[in-house]
Amino acid sequence: MATKSLKAIGHQLAQTQKQLDLLQSGPFKEGELPLFKDKIAQTGQFPLRAKTLEILQINMGYMCNQVCAHCHVDAGPDRKEIMNRETMQQCLGVIAQTGAHTLDLTGGAPEMNPDFRWFIEAASAAGVKDFIVRSNLTIIRANKKYHDLPEFFAKHGVHVVSSMPHYTQGKTDKQRGDGVFNASIEALKMLNKVGYGMPGSDLKLDLVYNPSGAYLPGDQAALEKDFKKALDADFGIQFNALFAITNLPISRFLDYLVASGNFEDYMYALVDAYNPAAVAGVMCTNTLSVSWDGYLYDCDFNQMLGLKVASKARHIKDYDTSLLEGREVVISQHCYGCTAGAGSSCQGTVA
Amino acid sequence: MDNNYYDPADLRKFGKISEWAPELGEKFFDYYNSVFKEGALSAREKSLIALAVAHVVKCPYCIDAYTKDGLQKGITKEEMMEAVHAGAAIESGATLVHGVQMMNKYNKLSM
Ligand code: SF4
Ligand code: SF4
Repeated sequence: MATKSLKAIGHQLAQTQKQLDLLQSGPFKEGELPLFKDKIAQTGQFPLRAKTLEILQINMGYMCNQVCAHCHVDAGPDRKEIMNRETMQQCLGVIAQTGAHTLDLTGGAPEMNPDFRWFIEAASAAGVKDFIVRSNLTIIRANKKYHDLPEFFAKHGVHVVSSMPHYTQGKTDKQRGDGVFNASIEALKMLNKVGYGMPGSDLKLDLVYNPSGAYLPGDQAALEKDFKKALDADFGIQFNALFAITNLPISRFLDYLVASGNFEDYMYALVDAYNPAAVAGVMCTNTLSVSWDGYLYDCDFNQMLGLKVASKARHIKDYDTSLLEGREVVISQHCYGCTAGAGSSCQGTVA
Repeated sequence: MDNNYYDPADLRKFGKISEWAPELGEKFFDYYNSVFKEGALSAREKSLIALAVAHVVKCPYCIDAYTKDGLQKGITKEEMMEAVHAGAAIESGATLVHGVQMMNKYNKLSM
């Protein structure tokens, strides 16, 4: 299990240009597989355009207590990029002036940002009702100062979305690190205890499943059934929904694909599973991603590839609906990850 | 032409068999896809049966395909190995039960 980010070890794939080159190489360069833009053009869906902003997804920083093998953020304890209050305030300004109804907080481990609680309190006071926090669960157990996060989440009605790669220990720890499974189970029990995921409760707890390897997720409903049965039988744990998310070929997952000799097969599998009906629901159509330093991206994946929005307004302080709505989304072959099978977004399948 | 009988890249060309006999190919894939849908048996159970049969017929393409399918469906490696044993047990049982035929013949031919 890696303990350092690609950036920290000076890996060449820490350079976004190297990742973008790879996504143009091999079967795409030789014309064996179509480029994403040509594929969506076949059904008249090119160019992909952003519609009305509904969700502001804020990356609070790349710092994380874990170093998961598949992480598309290349997050870890060694990453120091952290959003400051000024940028958070600018985000609140945008929420106030647009019809965006949801703040979706991600990272890294967003809870590690020292202003995390301040931000939720300020947003709450400003009238935001719909919060999503993408929590890796183990953070709740990582340090005493995080033990009361379940109560804090409950107080603000935060919708908790947590990663859980499998309902067995072996698979979970292999993807996310030793001890992650047990710590996650403990954290889920704490969330259940304050009402999260419990029948009849308004506190929503969803789990995110992504495959621990070079294969696509199976049927979301069937996986949800298996997870519910196993987590309840083994640990008495309850949750609301399971989102099956496809791993996109970027950052550490891309490194894994290349190093294990799976890159080509994986790209073939993604293109084979291409579903034109999923294109309309890809998340860049209603979401804007803000990086720790305030820049704007069509999605968190584009953020990690350094692909800023194709608009004159490229920073949250310059946010302007007239410039951003209807913008052409910046795409490359990683986008096939959003349109495979039933489609994939931060809220699970889309088609 | 390659020098090997089996090439992993051929698996993704499976669909091409329809090119030389479109109607039969289409019928086959239609049938194939229907078989593996959720039914009285779950898609998960059928995937494990397919994996066991893949080993019994020793088809490297099917083994690749149904190992991956099992992973996609969240099937554990312990479940997969037990399925392979179920196939192997039937296969060796099928061999051994012919031992009765051998015994019958032996007895008939012996004084
Ligand atoms: S996948 Fe999530 S929990 Fe794992 S290292 Fe990345 S940000 Fe952290
Ligand atoms: S990777 Fe990002 S830009 Fe590409 S389709 Fe998915 S959400 Fe849209």
